[in-house]
Amino acid sequence: MDDRIIDRTAAGLAADIREGRATSRSVTEAFLDRIDAVDGEVGAFLHVDRDGALATASEVDAALAAGEELGPLAGVPVAVKDIVVTGGMPTTAASKILEGWIPPYDATVVERLQAAGTPILGKTNLDEFAMGSSTEYSAYRRTANPWDTARIPGGSGGGSAAAVAAKMAPLAIGTDTGGSIRQPGAVTGTLGAKPTYGSNSRYGLIAFSSSLDTPGPVARNALDAALLHEVISGHDPRDSTSIDAPVPPVAEAARSGASGDLSGLRLGVVEQFAEGAGAAEPGVLDAYLAGVDQLVKLGAEIVEVSCPSFSYALPTYYLIAPSEASSNLARYDGVRYGLRSGDDGRRSLEEVMGLTREAGFGPEVKRRIILGTYALSAGYVDQFYGRAQKVRTLIKRDFEATFEQCDALISPTTPFTAFKYGERTGDPYQMYLADLFTIPTNLYGGPGISVPVGLSDGMPVGLQVMGPVMGDDITYRVASALESTQDPLLADTAPEIEGK
Amino acid sequence: MARLARLEVTDDELDAFAGQLDVILESMQTLGEVDTDGVEPTSHAVPLVNVFREDQPQPSLPRDAALAGGPDTAEGRFRVPRILDDEE
Repeated sequence: MDDRIIDRTAAGLAADIREGRATSRSVTEAFLDRIDAVDGEVGAFLHVDRDGALATASEVDAALAAGEELGPLAGVPVAVKDIVVTGGMPTTAASKILEGWIPPYDATVVERLQAAGTPILGKTNLDEFAMGSSTEYSAYRRTANPWDTARIPGGSGGGSAAAVAAKMAPLAIGTDTGGSIRQPGAVTGTLGAKPTYGSNSRYGLIAFSSSLDTPGPVARNALDAALLHEVISGHDPRDSTSIDAPVPPVAEAARSGASGDLSGLRLGVVEQFAEGAGAAEPGVLDAYLAGVDQLVKLGAEIVEVSCPSFSYALPTYYLIAPSEASSNLARYDGVRYGLRSGDDGRRSLEEVMGLTREAGFGPEVKRRIILGTYALSAGYVDQFYGRAQKVRTLIKRDFEATFEQCDALISPTTPFTAFKYGERTGDPYQMYLADLFTIPTNLYGGPGISVPVGLSDGMPVGLQVMGPVMGDDITYRVASALESTQDPLLADTAPEIEGK
Repeated sequence: MARLARLEVTDDELDAFAGQLDVILESMQTLGEVDTDGVEPTSHAVPLVNVFREDQPQPSLPRDAALAGGPDTAEGRFRVPRILDDEE
């Protein structure tokens, strides 16, 4: 069935290139042509770098022809979320305030992609500064869900997820602060992994919430994601929160999981996830429970665990993330980069700053800046930000305690499938609920993966596997084992987009 | 609060935000229920403190590259609007 290059896995393409059955140039061209054909309909990319991608591809082909040993993904192209800075290539964070900005340096993640010989196809759409769950808050364009183009692709990394789901890229880079890799993965039927916080460098990620932001891979299967994970991971002295320890062996774990044997593995189900107003909708629950049955058939034992502080995770997150964002986004002052508005020669610096930020930021970013400014303001900081940091400690303790009783936790990735455009933009709180199940991993710092598990009314549902800090390999093993029960892989069954 | 955040928001925006932020703040009030006496705050998920390196000069971004993204530059500097009030 693998007639087309774009249908093949990243691991398969890498082997073809390495063993001389294909060139990186022909592979990269196939994906660039696919972007030309269907991205008018999907809207996943903000910038496509055809020349740059083909130049890298040709270098890889030349190096291979000269007999050089290259890495496991050499020659396989990747799309990069437009909040990761790329030297010489526009980077906007999907905000008007950075329109036209060309970064003077590369993020560590991008340096590692280049060192690995992966051509960069371009930059993918997102919610402005990664704040959102539908990519509707992009200042530039709407991104469609390839499964139903009237629906959102999730967010904030909707562009990376849609690019992979529509086979415009075999792999993509995302960033995850509260679910921005995993929730788009779930609603587009792709696999998205948030690595352990600190195991992937934040250097060159445009900062949203520094204690939560983590870059990670997006793919159509666990092994492909794991190979990309290993390319971008590892200690970076330029990120002071980078962990100086070996990267968990995620590719090996994905390969061993593919045997479909999970005997001896204990998977925890958090009882509080099923309670309260945010519980998963019935169709999502059905698909998820069918996945749990599969995991049991593969030998996993299911245990119920308790996280009494879970109900405080969402408000804790929505104090910590906006507080850090209001501080991080103070740098957009109309002086050093991007937009300046209202500078008529008479207005003061402060007035121009206010007008620049008013013109440059969209509604969700403004809401969060105001919220964060409030939570950090004199007289309120102990009551809001300070208290949230303490509750974060309690949540962290709860989740750490569960890993005494089990190897990993499982849950639906997000409570609902892809919704229609405009359905939740009027009520930010309804939008925030999309991240209810993904936020805890960001708060305790561990790895989380969303793997396609089934469909609900024709729309994809994701199962999330959460691991202990630096237990990324366990999450890949479970995801890969679940995939072994699917033939074809759910991620490969997205409706064909014909293009225009 | 918007002024403190240096956002010249319009009245219409303020009206919309006020209602939306009320809903969000209401959810945050629930944190008041939690007993946090004696609980240490978590500022980062990974407990790393004081990462040191040798104090050795390293090449930094060339000045032209650092200035290239600015909306208004002159003579090797960023130009900014006036920062002092006119004397009356």
